[in-house]
Amino acid sequence: MIQEKINIEKNTASDSEVPVIVIKDLYKSFGKNAVLKGVNLTVNKGENLVILGRSGSGKSIAIKCIVGLVIPDQGEINVFGTDITKLSNHELNTIRVRIGFLFQSAALYDSMSVRENLMFILRRHATDLSSEELETEVLQALENVGLAEAIDKMPSELSGGMRKRIGLARTLILKPEIILYDEPTTGLDSITSKEISELMLDIQKKNKTTSIIITHDMECAKLTGNRIVILKDGVIHAEGSYETLEKSDDDWVRSFFI
Amino acid sequence: MTLYPLKNPVLIPYLKNIFNDVGNITLFTVRFFKEVVRPPYEIKEFFKQCYTIGYKSIPLVTITGFIMGLVLTLQSRPTLAKFGAESWLPGMVALSLIREIAPVITALICAGKVSSGIGAELGSMKVTEQIDAMEVAAINPFKYLVVTRILATTLMVPVLVIYADAVGIYGGYMGINIHNEVNLFRYFSQVGESITFLDIFPAIIKTFFFGFFIGMIGCYKGFTADNGTASVGKAANSAVVTASLTIFIIDMLAVQVTDLLF
Repeated sequence: MIQEKINIEKNTASDSEVPVIVIKDLYKSFGKNAVLKGVNLTVNKGENLVILGRSGSGKSIAIKCIVGLVIPDQGEINVFGTDITKLSNHELNTIRVRIGFLFQSAALYDSMSVRENLMFILRRHATDLSSEELETEVLQALENVGLAEAIDKMPSELSGGMRKRIGLARTLILKPEIILYDEPTTGLDSITSKEISELMLDIQKKNKTTSIIITHDMECAKLTGNRIVILKDGVIHAEGSYETLEKSDDDWVRSFFI
Repeated sequence: MTLYPLKNPVLIPYLKNIFNDVGNITLFTVRFFKEVVRPPYEIKEFFKQCYTIGYKSIPLVTITGFIMGLVLTLQSRPTLAKFGAESWLPGMVALSLIREIAPVITALICAGKVSSGIGAELGSMKVTEQIDAMEVAAINPFKYLVVTRILATTLMVPVLVIYADAVGIYGGYMGINIHNEVNLFRYFSQVGESITFLDIFPAIIKTFFFGFFIGMIGCYKGFTADNGTASVGKAANSAVVTASLTIFIIDMLAVQVTDLLF
C-alpha cells in the first residue's frame, strides 16, 4: 500500500484539523463478495475528500455506511464523535439531519413537484417555521443552485443537470454540516459537470461544509478535492493531494489521472 | 422406493421461498402494527391515498358492480321461472351480491388495480433510491409510504364493496325490467325484506381483511423489491398473484368462521 504524503496546497477550509468522520477497520461483505476489507479513513472539518476507485470497489457502500443505509459487518464509524453503528434508528436520525446525501440519480420524488420535493423534507424538520418562511427557504435553496424558475416543474420535466441541481438544493435545505456526494457529475456533459463541480466548491466555501465526493470524473476531483483517497481491493490504496497522486510511482494510481 | 425424495431440486427451493415470504410478510405486518400507533401521523398522505385508492377506483367498481347484478339476474331468472319463483329474484340477487360476489369481485379488482399499483410504485421508488433518500433525510419511509397505504386500502375496500353492493342491486333491478316491469320501490322493498343484519355484518367484516392484505402485500412486494428495473414488474405481478390468492384463502376462512359464530 502506498501512503502518499499529504500535500494540500489549496486546502483553505480544513485548517482546524478537527475530524468529523473517523472510520476504523470497516468491513462489509455481500454473501461471499467482500467489498470493504478494513477501510480506515478520517475526514476533517471543512475538508472536501474525494474517493476514487474502480466500479464495484465499494466507494458507494462506504458512504452509505456513514448514513446507516448499509450496516457494516465490522468496524467503527464515528460521525461528530458518535459511533453510528451503535445507535438506535431514532438516535441515528438526529445525526442524519446533519448530513446531506446527493444520490447518483438525484433520487427526486417522482410524484412530487420540485417545490414539494424540498418542502417535504423541510416541513418535517423545520416545524417552527410558518408557511411563508418555508416557502422563502425553498425559494432560497433553489436560487442557490440557480433554478428558482423550476419550482413548479415535475422531476420528469427536468434535464439530468437540472435534476442534479434540484437534488443538491434538496440536500442543502436542512443546512447540513457534512455532504456526501455519490457520483455527482455522472451522465452529464463536460460543461454541466464543471458547473456542478463549481457549485459544490461554492457550497463548501459558503457553508463551510465537510464533504466526501465519490467520482470517476477527474476534472471534478481536481476542482473540488482537497484530498484524494483511492480504494483498491476493499482497502485504501493511496492517499494524497491531486498533484501528489498524479505524479505517483504506482502505475495503477497514475492510470486514474491519464 | 421414495415417493418424495429429500433433495428434490425444484420442490425444496420453491417451498423455501414460500416459507421465507410468509416469514418476511409476518415481520412486515408486525412492523406495521408497531409503526401505526407511533407519532408522527401522516394524515395528509393517508387522505391522498384514500382518494387514489378509493375515489379513483369508483368508475371500475361501478361498471363491474352493475354488470355483476345485471348478469346474475339474467342468468338466474330462467331457473327460478321454472319453479315459478321469479318473485324471489330480487332477494336472491341481493343476498348473492352482499354475501359473496360483490366482496370477492371488488377485492379482486382492487388486487389487480391497487395492489399491483402499490407494488410497482414502491418498487420503482426502491430502484431509483427514492426510499433511501427519505431514510437519509431522517424521514421514516415505512410510516410515510407503507402505513398510509395499508390504512387506506383497509378503509377504502369495504367502502368500495358497499358501493358495489348498491350498484349491483340496481343492476339486478335493470335486469328484471328487461323482461318484466317492476316498480323500483317494490324491488327495493323485496330486497330489504330478504336481507338481515347477519347477511351484511360478516360480509363487511371480511372486506376489512381483504383491504388490509391487498395493501400489505402490495407494499411488501414493492418495499422489498431487488435493485434493477426488472424487479419493478416482478413486484407488481407478484403483488397481484399473492393478493388474489390471499383473498380466496381469507374468503374460505371467513365462511368457516361465520358458520361457527352466527
